[in-house]
Amino acid sequence: MSALKTLNGNQSIAEAVRQIDPDVLAAYPITPSTAIVETIAKFKADGMITGEFVCPESEHSAMSVCIGAASAGGRVMTATASQGLALMWEMLYIAAGLRLPIVAAIVNRSMSAPINIHGDHSDTMGARDSGWIQIYSENCQEAYDNFIQAFRIAEHLDVRTPVLVGLDGFIISHSMEVIQVEDDDEVKKFVGEYMPLYPLLDTSNKMTVGPIDFTDYYFEHKRSQLEGIENSPPVIEAVGKEFGQKFGREYGFFEEYRMDDAELCIVVMSSAAGTCKDAIDELRSEGKKVGLLKPRVFRPFPHKKIAEALKEMKAVAVLDRCSSPGAFGAPLFTEIRSGLYDYAERPRIVNYVYGLGGRDIKVEHFKEVASKLEKIAETGTVEEIYSYINLRE
Amino acid sequence: MRKETWKELTIGTINLDAGNSVKNLTGTWRSGKKPQFIEEHCIQCFFCWLYCPHFAILVEDGEVKGINYDYCTGCGMCSVECPTKEKAIVMVEEEAELAEGSGK
Repeated sequence: MSALKTLNGNQSIAEAVRQIDPDVLAAYPITPSTAIVETIAKFKADGMITGEFVCPESEHSAMSVCIGAASAGGRVMTATASQGLALMWEMLYIAAGLRLPIVAAIVNRSMSAPINIHGDHSDTMGARDSGWIQIYSENCQEAYDNFIQAFRIAEHLDVRTPVLVGLDGFIISHSMEVIQVEDDDEVKKFVGEYMPLYPLLDTSNKMTVGPIDFTDYYFEHKRSQLEGIENSPPVIEAVGKEFGQKFGREYGFFEEYRMDDAELCIVVMSSAAGTCKDAIDELRSEGKKVGLLKPRVFRPFPHKKIAEALKEMKAVAVLDRCSSPGAFGAPLFTEIRSGLYDYAERPRIVNYVYGLGGRDIKVEHFKEVASKLEKIAETGTVEEIYSYINLRE
Repeated sequence: MRKETWKELTIGTINLDAGNSVKNLTGTWRSGKKPQFIEEHCIQCFFCWLYCPHFAILVEDGEVKGINYDYCTGCGMCSVECPTKEKAIVMVEEEAELAEGSGK
């Protein structure tokens, strides 16, 4: 039965795992994602799930187990964070190259050094070219909903590409929230039966998986790989709609908050978008035409849709929870700015890096950003294209 | 041989043409030495067959019969692993004449 439950982000993911009950779950615990693995282990010990639970010696091995199990024909998942995702690095590319629909919950956490366990997007943003679809969650409800949808997206025959679902370390993973947990059978029905393509356990069809390609075939195979992620937008859209019809919460590529008559826009992903909504409400009550655009899907990046939503703004601030050393700007900013390039009329646009290592971002910070956007809109000039929020300078 | 375009490839690098490596004649660049099979020394232990990395040991009717030089790279592993006192496989110079019945 569908019910309201008080869960933190990690428990919300574990709850979805219990309902979907994948064939193989392989994970190595790492803060702040440990509770996902711990809760799944408890479900397994209590006989609440039937899938194989594998505890390998590292995250590299965890993703290797996932690749082996998915190649064998299983529905497979993992969970990790930060350095753990980094240790999976080479295997992430292999999972994507082999077009295995593995689903991973990534509790977004900063990258060392210095050592820090708190939330930012440095881990998944670093993996943005590994070939995985990336979906980000604002809160526990979205983490739960996104994780369920991830299986449908990854496993769609036009896509067959691994999907990672991001949720902010501690801010979401360890914060209690009342969420709607849907009925077990309804979730199972929504996710459906998994039909593997070319499973290795089908011994009547002999095949080679992951052969060596030199200069003669590698390029063709990489181009072929791109089809999966390039085919995914209509699937992501359809799955988000169907989820809405079934459970009442519809999802798209991004959420627009009070954007109808907005002239200024703040773009921010994940948990900070929740704080930003409060700031937007305050700004609106002061008569300021500010809106929020919260990207949900980062890979594939919905360039055109976002550009269309932003093209008539006077000024836009893109907030990234990671830096991209030596780049023109942080990842979300460069994607959005690039998407707007083909428009003759386009907004002034600036980039802010915020929240590294879990540094707070508050309503007052968003209001400061909005007042800077007002000034940019008035003068038409950008003085500082790249700057930081809540940093001691 | 015509190579497929990217659209013609099976998803996920999968190759459904199992065993197609027989098309690659790995023996075309042999090391300079090649194994010579001496049938009368052979005890049919199959060590050479087991260790050969290129499946170049000829087996007919359940018995080792010689070497398939289309795939032999001349690595010498078969000769090293041959356990008989007088080796049933010895490495000889590429140019050396082979005994009759010892492969191609």
